[in-house]
Amino acid sequence: MSEKHEKLIDKKGIRLDGRKADELRPLKLQVGVLSHADGSAYIEHGKNKILAAAFGPREMHPKHLSLPDRMVLRCRYHMAPFSVQERKSPAPSRREIELSKVIKECLEPALFLELYPRTGVDVFVEVLQADGGTRCASITAAALAIADAGVPMRDLVVACAAGKVDDTVVLDLYDAEDKLGAADLPVAYMPNLNAVTLLQMDGNLTTEEFEKALNMAMDGCKKIYEMQKEALKTKYMVVKEEAEE
Amino acid sequence: MPVFFEKKQLVTPGELLAEGDYLAGENTYVEQNKIYASRIGLVDTDNKKVNVVALRAFYVPKMGDIIIGSVVEVGFNGWTVDIKSPYTALLRASDVLSRPFKPQNDELSAVLNAGDLIVAKIASYDRAHDPQLTVGEPGLGKITRGQILHVTPTKIPRIIGRKGSMISMIKQETNCQIILGLNGVILVTGKNLEEEDLAIKAIKKIEEESHTTGLTDRITQLLKESKVKVEENKNE
Repeated sequence: MSEKHEKLIDKKGIRLDGRKADELRPLKLQVGVLSHADGSAYIEHGKNKILAAAFGPREMHPKHLSLPDRMVLRCRYHMAPFSVQERKSPAPSRREIELSKVIKECLEPALFLELYPRTGVDVFVEVLQADGGTRCASITAAALAIADAGVPMRDLVVACAAGKVDDTVVLDLYDAEDKLGAADLPVAYMPNLNAVTLLQMDGNLTTEEFEKALNMAMDGCKKIYEMQKEALKTKYMVVKEEAEE
Repeated sequence: MPVFFEKKQLVTPGELLAEGDYLAGENTYVEQNKIYASRIGLVDTDNKKVNVVALRAFYVPKMGDIIIGSVVEVGFNGWTVDIKSPYTALLRASDVLSRPFKPQNDELSAVLNAGDLIVAKIASYDRAHDPQLTVGEPGLGKITRGQILHVTPTKIPRIIGRKGSMISMIKQETNCQIILGLNGVILVTGKNLEEEDLAIKAIKKIEEESHTTGLTDRITQLLKESKVKVEENKNE
């Protein structure tokens, strides 16, 4: 497959979709899009379109899953059958189960689990359209949905990937780069606490490349974080401006 | 010991609020001597205490709170009550009957049935046990008439206003009785539907615009304008 694919980066260092190596895809974030969920968020990250909904804290069902000393966070990451080129079976795949677990574990450090024992928070992430980097976009949206639900948080969690394509370290890989590139490094991060909550890698990177990619991903996270805060505030600022006219 | 916000500024979870000689108040937390916000809301200081008034939150039971709940289940010796909180509350039969409760003689569903609404007080609550309710005080018990509406629990103080100014104004202008459950459930009872609807409209407006300035004036205006309309309709 990779014997004769086109170059993913041209001589000027411009990628196939026209971005520079350290450039993010265009982002759009919106909070409070679903009226039946306690909190919700929608993200458009390049061609990714993802909805996240949060419920709770509420009584756990089934009850035996609740814990006597802390709250339980449950996540479901799901891709819609129409989210990819070839129809995806709606049944949860191995990959989706793994991503659900990964998203849950990277959001947990942001929550005060010990404050509300015996309860549960449910987060549902629905990928409507996928184009590489959905786990990162899902984390960003899920954190917003939880914050919108009014669950206390240490910080918002932001995620962004970096990787290696044609021997160059690049930020925010999209589908083609993810599949044909040499390495992918998704990072979830809490910028105010300077804490990394998710770090995965597939492919190979040298120590120097890894360091460069990690820093690049963290810088990308910080940029998205600003948009995340803005999105959360916008929901209330709109009302404020209308009312104070 | 600097502060990193302006008064009434909108902050998001994780935002650094103050450093050093300050106390962490509501919806904030301390990490390495720094105070951060933990919910989206408006910051304010009360002496040395940094508080965030949350724009969205859920109700956590506290002993002595007056709340409004709905009965979800009739049990063997009491009722399970939904109080719009992460925890469901229990109301014991002996508390309601005010005499020893005998399962042979008393049919609990005749007193309170599933779906009934009650005004109650939190009698006890801690993190290991679900809250217990009591209705053994004047003003508490089953709700027989009026309308219910839900708001985010943190907005209840805003609806009450400074020293009760906001709520007493609504009561006066609409001639309605209003019971504010601290769990964000509100009971409005008036003489007619128009007056109830007006009170509900005003409360909803406060909830939506609680973080804006000049709210009291807008509510006064809303009440006056709508009242004129109601009067006109009556005269026709």
